[in-house]
Amino acid sequence: MNQESSSGLECPKPGWFQAPSGNERTWIGMAVIWCLILSVMMPYWHFRGKQNSTGEAYRVKPADFVKRVEAFVKVNTGEESLVEDGIAPVVPAPPGEVYLLAKQFFWFPVLKLRSGETYRLHISSADVQHGFSLLPMNMNFQIVPGYDHVLTIKPQAPGTYHIVCNEFCGIGHQQMVGKIIVE
Amino acid sequence: MNTNSDYPKRICSTTGFPICRSAEFFVKANAVLGVVFLLIGGIAAILIALTRWQAVHLLPVDWFYRILTLHGINMLIFWILFFEVAILYFVSTTLLKVRLASRLTAWISLVMMLVGAVMVDVTILLGKADVMLSSYLPLLAHPAFYLGIILVAVGTLIAVGNYFATLYIAKKEKTYEGSVPLVVFGATAAAIIAVVTLLHGAVVMVPTFLYSLHLCAQPDPQWYRLLWWGLGHMSQQVNVCAMVAVWYFLAAITTGAKPLNEAVCRSAFVLYILFINLASAHHLLVDPGVSAGWKIWNTSYAMYLAVLASMMHGFTVPASVEVAMRGKGYVRGLFGWLTNAPWRNPGFSAFFLSLLIFGFIGGITGVTLGTQQINIIAHNTLRIPGHFHATVVGGTTLAFMGLTYYVVPLLWRREYIMKPLCRLQPYLFGLGILIMSFGMSFAGSMGVSRRSWDIDAGGSIYGPTAHLFLALVGIGGTVAFIALFLYVGLTVGTLLFGRRIAAGKSMEDWGTPKVLSTSPGHDHVAPAPGFAGGATVAEAHPTQGTMVLAVIFLLSFAVYYFANWKALADVWPVR
Repeated sequence: MNQESSSGLECPKPGWFQAPSGNERTWIGMAVIWCLILSVMMPYWHFRGKQNSTGEAYRVKPADFVKRVEAFVKVNTGEESLVEDGIAPVVPAPPGEVYLLAKQFFWFPVLKLRSGETYRLHISSADVQHGFSLLPMNMNFQIVPGYDHVLTIKPQAPGTYHIVCNEFCGIGHQQMVGKIIVE
Repeated sequence: MNTNSDYPKRICSTTGFPICRSAEFFVKANAVLGVVFLLIGGIAAILIALTRWQAVHLLPVDWFYRILTLHGINMLIFWILFFEVAILYFVSTTLLKVRLASRLTAWISLVMMLVGAVMVDVTILLGKADVMLSSYLPLLAHPAFYLGIILVAVGTLIAVGNYFATLYIAKKEKTYEGSVPLVVFGATAAAIIAVVTLLHGAVVMVPTFLYSLHLCAQPDPQWYRLLWWGLGHMSQQVNVCAMVAVWYFLAAITTGAKPLNEAVCRSAFVLYILFINLASAHHLLVDPGVSAGWKIWNTSYAMYLAVLASMMHGFTVPASVEVAMRGKGYVRGLFGWLTNAPWRNPGFSAFFLSLLIFGFIGGITGVTLGTQQINIIAHNTLRIPGHFHATVVGGTTLAFMGLTYYVVPLLWRREYIMKPLCRLQPYLFGLGILIMSFGMSFAGSMGVSRRSWDIDAGGSIYGPTAHLFLALVGIGGTVAFIALFLYVGLTVGTLLFGRRIAAGKSMEDWGTPKVLSTSPGHDHVAPAPGFAGGATVAEAHPTQGTMVLAVIFLLSFAVYYFANWKALADVWPVR
């Protein structure tokens, strides 16, 4: 290193290719170790953590998905009047197959789930892309038309939760708020 | 010696740089247009910030989404691309002392980019493209919107080609010896990433354009997402690369800093080229149809080697300043080199604030939010703009502003007007962006959605604390806008009214640290700081101050990162 160096604006002197030394070398070592920790955390959480996005999804035509949601609502309510409220009652667990439709600009139906039970929640869109944002948990997933996105979820506490669309879906986007009731 | 020495140029009397006459016009034109688009984007920014601040809620709903689309495209695409083309032309012709390869090509590129950008902006303002920057299919805009973007992308590709041709001429005519300067190396890395980026843009935009004309079937929306982010995210890596090159430039010019180790700096740029590309994956971390393995692989090996590169630059840039300052005799304590740095020089303050904001806020949040599982509690919330306003605005834009304070006197030969305001401007801008970025990040942590007109989503979903942070977004945005307006006003004012620098007279210096007479290394340092070679021995001027800063950085990083894992562990189990 005991040679003249040049500023970043000038051509470097010959022999510039040198191994780092001193603090710079130490820092690069620390940075490499940190990056390894970052890299290992994700596979670790995949196997040991409880919150993962595995991207489980199935191709589905938007029109077919709408039919599945309607069938699901019909089976789980029986009463036409209840369907109009958009409330599907408790789904038997485990692992109950639950359907949720995103459409400009609403979520259908309002779901009632039981705390501590595991559900396979199928979400897809009838038209454009939407964002599934469950509040106040702040859990967020992308909803893409043509893909039946399956989330295997386990509600943890009773209460009323809101679903806000957080992918821009057109000029009524901000009205798109749905509900999940956990008992 | 070479045939190139007699190309039309003039020599700047302060810096000794040759200013290539054939490139000068295009550097100026691209830079000015960049600033015009920055102003358009900035006006859009203040309207948006004042709409999301619930107490003000300025714009009606359709105009909010329209202006948000306008803001994203003008800021992230037009301002950055035009200014980057200016940087490419400038560093290649000036630092390699060569003429621009082709004026005709530069004209074609300029006209295509300008026509494309105007087409896009007009289409948006006519209300024909309320689709946001990402324009996710199946949302569809008017064909002119896609055509405009294609024109800008191809125009930029042509400019990048012109840059490579200029490098080739410099090599062939031997206008420099050995390896290119580090700043040119960094700009070239940015140019290479730009090529890959713009090719992604072409692959995704051409079918979308044809679909908007009903000439082909609708492309798959998930395919679109994957490819679009090859354009959308990677274009921001072009910024990162160009910004780091500007850091090296400004560090050299304001403090006489020299890279500690050229091999380290250059390797870090190569890491960007090789590994930043797949970091686009972290827009797809909670997407359907993309497996956990794919998500983890692309965010670990690819992104973290690029993160490593940023951490290398983040150390070596301030360390080089420390070595230079200690070499001038500012050796007291751990941070004497930093406290005596030329903080009144807007080139230095903009560069150093850019480094701090990019690293501490932008970098730490970016890596954390881009962690596969943590993305569940971040995706599409205001945390995301909270992150990238710290990188692209607090980082890149601020660094580019700092560069302007040198480039304008150099190219236009005019003194900046109202210098005290110029000295204040980087601080004001940095402060505004910091406040805004904090507001966004914390509001987003409470789940507040990005890209939404009605903050409360029709009820009291987010709670009063979220509103407090949204008010911070409004206030920070206002401060940043004032600083941006100041920047544009001062620069345009200088172009029009700035005192002319007479030929042969040095341009007035913004202030660079003087060599202390007691300095052990003073006899090695040339009188004009930064432009002449001098002896710098890293061992003689240690970098322990930077090391302390770096360790503080790493600790902050670890705290934020693991706090987010804790927050994630508290939400419902999901697979």
